[in-house]
Amino acid sequence: MQETIEKTQEMIDHENAIKQILANNNNDPSRLIPILQQIQEMDKYLSKEAIEQVAVELDVPVSHIYGVATFYAHFSLNPKGKHIIRLCDGTACHVKKSHGILNKLYSKLGLSDENRTTKDLLFTIEIVSCLGACGLAPVMVLDEHVHGQCTPEKAEALIDEIIANEKAAN
Amino acid sequence: MSDVKKLTVNGIEIEFTTERNILEVARKAGINIPTFCYKSELSIYGACRMCVCEVGMPGPDGSVRTMLMAACSTAPANGMIVKTDTKDIRQMRKVAVELLLANHTVDCPNCIRSADCELQDVARRLGVNTVRYTAKRNIEEIDDSSPSIIRDPNKCILCGNCVRVCSELQGVHAIDFQRRGSNAKVAPAFDGKLADSACVNCGQCAAVCPTGAITVKQDIQKVWDALYDSTKTVAVQIAPSVRMALGEEFGLPAGTNVEGKMVAALKLMGFKHVYDTNFTADLTIWEEATEFKNRVLNGGTLPMFTSCCPAWVKYAETFCPDMLSNLSSCRSPQAMFGSVAKKMLPAELGCEQKDLFLVSIMPCTAKKMEAGLDKFMEEDGTPENDAVITTSELARMIKSMGIDFAALEPVEFDKPLGFGTSAGLIFGTSGGVMEAALRYAYEDLTGTKLQDLNFTAVRGMDDLKMASVTLNVGGNDVTINVAVVYGLKKAGELVQKIKAGEIDVQFVEVMACPGGCISGAGQPMGATHAKRVARQDGTYASDDAAAVRKSQDNQTVADCYESLLGGAPNSHEAHHMLHTVYQIRDIVK
Repeated sequence: MQETIEKTQEMIDHENAIKQILANNNNDPSRLIPILQQIQEMDKYLSKEAIEQVAVELDVPVSHIYGVATFYAHFSLNPKGKHIIRLCDGTACHVKKSHGILNKLYSKLGLSDENRTTKDLLFTIEIVSCLGACGLAPVMVLDEHVHGQCTPEKAEALIDEIIANEKAAN
Repeated sequence: MSDVKKLTVNGIEIEFTTERNILEVARKAGINIPTFCYKSELSIYGACRMCVCEVGMPGPDGSVRTMLMAACSTAPANGMIVKTDTKDIRQMRKVAVELLLANHTVDCPNCIRSADCELQDVARRLGVNTVRYTAKRNIEEIDDSSPSIIRDPNKCILCGNCVRVCSELQGVHAIDFQRRGSNAKVAPAFDGKLADSACVNCGQCAAVCPTGAITVKQDIQKVWDALYDSTKTVAVQIAPSVRMALGEEFGLPAGTNVEGKMVAALKLMGFKHVYDTNFTADLTIWEEATEFKNRVLNGGTLPMFTSCCPAWVKYAETFCPDMLSNLSSCRSPQAMFGSVAKKMLPAELGCEQKDLFLVSIMPCTAKKMEAGLDKFMEEDGTPENDAVITTSELARMIKSMGIDFAALEPVEFDKPLGFGTSAGLIFGTSGGVMEAALRYAYEDLTGTKLQDLNFTAVRGMDDLKMASVTLNVGGNDVTINVAVVYGLKKAGELVQKIKAGEIDVQFVEVMACPGGCISGAGQPMGATHAKRVARQDGTYASDDAAAVRKSQDNQTVADCYESLLGGAPNSHEAHHMLHTVYQIRDIVK
């Protein structure tokens, strides 16, 4: 019972948070992209419920919003992990063996090209084309911190550190 | 400076005035530039690049700047020099078609659109006889969840006609482009099924699809099975507008009324009992005009909206849930026929009700959906109308029998449900239901004979027609304001204006398709504006020539009230058999 109440409260809070985002954008359908960006910033992805709520409140067809959300690579329709690893596979990083780092992370976290988010929703690996830091290749960005001249070992150590911190926090 | 503006197309000088693009100007000159995504009644999209032409624009110094432009999205300008066919253009078009075909199922012989596919037609015109590219595409799932429409994304060329007609004509926007680049496709939100979307089953997406990517669901086999089943007594009803378009499939001009030939063909196909939906159109008028009168006299909910168009009814249930009490509670003529026929015909034809198989031939894809609604089922769970086929499906059946349709001698409909007045016939065009209702209401309310039967203000191809009719009721003048609208987007806007008090009307006719049922998605493919006008003109010409032009003069309807329907319109029995209820469809739109 308590759990149900908490879940419901969570849903209401989430709906209100989206309403706030919409209000901040004057409920203006022409601001659809910034609205979706802000929701994604909050939730780390665009859930079906969030897209439907935006459709209803802005009176914009849901098929259209889904079209916009799937058009831009920036938007994700799948839940993302708490910690986001962005690994560069641009020309410079690729030549400097970024795939070695990727394979290490895949095997460490049990992920693959098809499945890039861990089941416990702790990590998501994204492959990006260029981070504009080619001089530091290969580059990995972990939660907005840039790690240049990365190696599979360094990457593993960073992951281990986060896992340890998360364990300590719980 | 002269007002006459000219450009040259392939060396021929052509004058132009209001044409919005070079493509229209070229058509005026008799040159049909190939295109997939240009539809004159929709917004200009410029996606398919088939209509790319060489356009030369003379500058002030006399030099000519030449560019390759899409003819559909280039406005004509004075002095323009257009070439629709050059070596380069021909090559570009061929490559574009090859690329489309590389990404296409290409199962032409067994595709329903084989004979009238625009992709096939253009490929043939351009002489594309090899495809040099190999496909690199995912096989997409076919969506056959809708009772009316099948979506096969594997045949889609992304012209966007369906997306635009759904949003610009119907205001439904059930489908849109999803994803990007080579992964792009047209689908409902969340890659869902059409049946779970806001789709109202009007089928106009199928009518504008240049390929077999969106097609009308076929129910022909059900009908053959019933015809070949000796335990079944098969009866058929045919909607008013079917006879105004069927002839086109057999080389007759649009707007030719082929009623007699159509009945003759059905008899040859083995239908023993051929009836007319015009009969229940008349019945609808008795019920609906009486319902309207009672709403006016008893202070009921006004304005009253017609309810014969199932796409409109579904739209109202989805988008205007607070207006459902404004919808006439009358069933559509198809649904009235189902209930009356299943009740009356078993005794008349000497069969059991369970062995009576009712086929309905409609210009419409939404009627397939309507016939399957729970509220139109018999107690045993079978539909009152057992199978619904479209005009195009009927044509296909006639062709498969090898019947020389154009040479058939006319045959009359069967009794008793085969007689309808021409007031029922005009149901097939936008404005027709209103006109038929006014012919009835005038005499019913004033008690005097109507002299001029033609309410021309509600006729024509305008998407919104308004008129006022003043009737002398018991010494007092009563003015009724009416509106006639087609296209559900337009209807939705009208509803908003009525709610806001900007428009004062008491009676509104709504049809989903352009010009009414004559342009239904079940009609022969390739309906142009000219064909629609011809079908409409043909309908009114038949009305003019008819002996009985008012629903109230249909004696069979009067007899039916005596024997089956409680003696008078809106009686308890009539309510039970001829009326219905509506449900709010609570889905995310």
